[in-house]
Amino acid sequence: MLLKLEPRGETSRAMVYLTPLLAIFLTLIMGAVLFALLGHDPLEAMHAFFIVPVSSAYGLGELGVKATPLVLCAIGLAIGFRANVWNIGAEGQLTLGAIFGGGLALWFYDSDSVLLLPAMALAGALGGLAWAAIPAFLKLRFNANEILTSLMLTYVATLLLSLLVHGPYRDPDGFNFPESRLFEDSALLPVMIEGTRLHLGAAVAVFVVLAAWLILSRSFIGFQIKVIGLTPAAAGYAGFRHSNLVWLTLLTGGALAGLAGLFEVAGPIGQITPVISPGYGFTAIIVAFVGRLHPIGILGAGLLIALSYLGGETVQIQMGLPQAVTGVFQGLLLFFLLACDVLIRYRIRWTLGTPKETRRTAA
Amino acid sequence: MVRETASGEGTEPVVPRLELRGIEKSFPGCKANDGVDLTILPGEIHALLGENGAGKSTLVKIIYGILHADAGTISWEGKETHIAGPSFARNLGIGMVFQHFSLFEALTVAENIALGVEGEHDMRRLEARIEEVSAAYGLPLDPRRHVHSLSVGERQRIEIVRCLLQNPRLLIMDEPTSVLTPQEVETLFGTLRRLSSEGCSILYISHKLDEIKQLCDTATVLRGGKFVGDCVPSEESAQSMARMMIGDDVKEPKAEGNAEPGEVMLSVADLYLQSEDPFGTDLKAVTFDVHAGEIFGIAGIAGNGQNELLAALSGEQLVPDSAAVVIAGEAAGRLGPRRRRKLGLSFVPEERHGHGAVPALRLTENAFLSAHLREKLVRWGLIDFPKTAAYAQKICESFDVRTSGIHSEASSLSGGNLQKFIIGREILQSPSLLIAAQPTWGVDAGAAAAIHQALIDLAASGAAVLVVSQELDELFAISDRIAVMSSGHLSAARPTRATTLEEIGLLMGGDGTAAGEPMTHVA
Repeated sequence: MLLKLEPRGETSRAMVYLTPLLAIFLTLIMGAVLFALLGHDPLEAMHAFFIVPVSSAYGLGELGVKATPLVLCAIGLAIGFRANVWNIGAEGQLTLGAIFGGGLALWFYDSDSVLLLPAMALAGALGGLAWAAIPAFLKLRFNANEILTSLMLTYVATLLLSLLVHGPYRDPDGFNFPESRLFEDSALLPVMIEGTRLHLGAAVAVFVVLAAWLILSRSFIGFQIKVIGLTPAAAGYAGFRHSNLVWLTLLTGGALAGLAGLFEVAGPIGQITPVISPGYGFTAIIVAFVGRLHPIGILGAGLLIALSYLGGETVQIQMGLPQAVTGVFQGLLLFFLLACDVLIRYRIRWTLGTPKETRRTAA
Repeated sequence: MVRETASGEGTEPVVPRLELRGIEKSFPGCKANDGVDLTILPGEIHALLGENGAGKSTLVKIIYGILHADAGTISWEGKETHIAGPSFARNLGIGMVFQHFSLFEALTVAENIALGVEGEHDMRRLEARIEEVSAAYGLPLDPRRHVHSLSVGERQRIEIVRCLLQNPRLLIMDEPTSVLTPQEVETLFGTLRRLSSEGCSILYISHKLDEIKQLCDTATVLRGGKFVGDCVPSEESAQSMARMMIGDDVKEPKAEGNAEPGEVMLSVADLYLQSEDPFGTDLKAVTFDVHAGEIFGIAGIAGNGQNELLAALSGEQLVPDSAAVVIAGEAAGRLGPRRRRKLGLSFVPEERHGHGAVPALRLTENAFLSAHLREKLVRWGLIDFPKTAAYAQKICESFDVRTSGIHSEASSLSGGNLQKFIIGREILQSPSLLIAAQPTWGVDAGAAAAIHQALIDLAASGAAVLVVSQELDELFAISDRIAVMSSGHLSAARPTRATTLEEIGLLMGGDGTAAGEPMTHVA
């Protein structure tokens, strides 16, 4: 007995956007089954996972706080993915953003200038951009695969951060703990809603989503990215320069990830610590694909994945389930998304050894 | 050709090698085959004739087992059969040469053939057999070359040799001559006739009517998926077959000789260029001028430097010596494609899907692809959608592109329609210089005539037109002057009316002695 995938022919555009919803639905069902098998009331567990975290203003704020770096990184990645530039090192670029922008905050520790925060944002974006420039250069100069180089640079970035936090960035009054000083108010992002931690960075992320939407769907640059991703030869025919687009997409992705990193240290964390991100840069890859590489989709997917972080924490506290539940949910979601994608494009056919004459009709 | 097998006057009725009755096949939104009958006798060369979209490809895919008919019967040598798949078809003795090749670019010729030939694993023996068969049938092929470096014409030889290695009893040829020179066509026809005399039936798909008249014993005509009728090509005229095929008479374009050539719009002087492809052909001292108001034809067998020349002219490959390519009076060798377009260049590449157009994008977006500069479709860095849509609409209307709308994807168009769209997109930008590569490759007679007329009209309006083609009939029909590419050299240009098919054919074979010095520059 053989499993065979047969193309179904034309797929409708609607289905392309409906599959993520279907995948979410299946994830919920599977999650409920999973909770039941673990001996918990599925409804109660689902309630704790998906409803409790967002049933207060504070919870909604947290959702925004978690979604901000995910969305920022995922937008940057999606721009590259559309052009077949596979930057998967957003985590490292995010870390460099924190190092550059946060470093500025430490340097001008006693400044209360209103220009400090914008300068930090700029430095953060430049940090991420510089880190992404390395794979771009290696790709164009030596034809080195950016998947490998950007991924490897992530580990370099993490070690660099560790070095700095244990050395020059360390709080002089901090009893040798590997942490920087706490940032002054002038270096912290203002909170937008009283009683939550929702900071200005979330508004910036929404702005970035809208700008990316405009650029990708309406602009000449967005068109070039699309063409080079779909058919490089046609892009060459039209005179779109491949190297320019590699630079553009990688640097944009790096800058957005760097900004996300700066928002973390200047927002919820408020100082520089040895670990800045619980893998936002990697999770953003899932966000980008669940969001169909579309900015609005990424906004929704970012919120969903942020909820899985919060839900994981809640079930950990309320029901004593392990933290790994978060990862399981994220994995299930990606699994179902990929499965739905395949099944919508292909149908499964079981073939039994030799082909039978079953499909013939008499003339 | 007269063959005994096909005549019904023998003592017993001949059992057809293949008989199709009432074949039906639907795809979402169209009925590709609607009650098609087809009978092929042993040793017969049978033509399958029809426009693009007439259902020929669907029918042969059913015969080859790639598709399954919704209704109807297939009989192989008198026995009703269900052809489950291509390997089943091959085991019956059916071989097929596809119009679009299925080759792995990263593998060598021999490796590609090994994939299609069952039970042959000794590469050295296979290579020897390939060389033997390719020599025997006049299809020169180096089994150790990598496919990515081969021209379209050479790739087709692989497909043909791959089939011949299997000793087929029915050989299906889908548009086999579109990339061959007249001499190569003659050799191929010799091959096919020999196969036929050895008892192999041949199903020959083409829309070149003269070829069918010359080669085929019988023909089956399809139109719009329906069976129109059978005929004996030798008893028909090309016009009468064309009428069966497209329903009305084909308009032949007329080349009007331009009395006075205008100013030089494209001047290529002493162009040397190393090919970016390790197996490509380097250009050597290529020199020619194209004047406003004329159509300049470049003939030649695939793989003799045409791709390199086209890349150097379009700007996809830059030329170190900027003055070697002069467009509208400006040295353009080091300018990219966009800056050359600004000088008035329009370009129609050979490959439609994936070079001249992006299959997955809508027609509007494909109109934008190359027209955004000259038609000013970008405002403030954003795409001017209304203007782009209007331009796409204009292309479809002016060039009779049959589509369900300008928002349908380019991949949904048939080859001929997409080609009309691309030609239209380039011509409507009112270029002062148009370069077109294989403008009518795989396009049906009606569309080809329309494309030729459009090129002639463009030249008449004062533009310079350069056509690079392997189809000599085409070049003789439309061009004012012809030059021939051979091994990276370009022959001297000669007025079309003062030359003959034979002369050009000899130059294509690399024989410059019979027809003057190949490298001399004649303005």
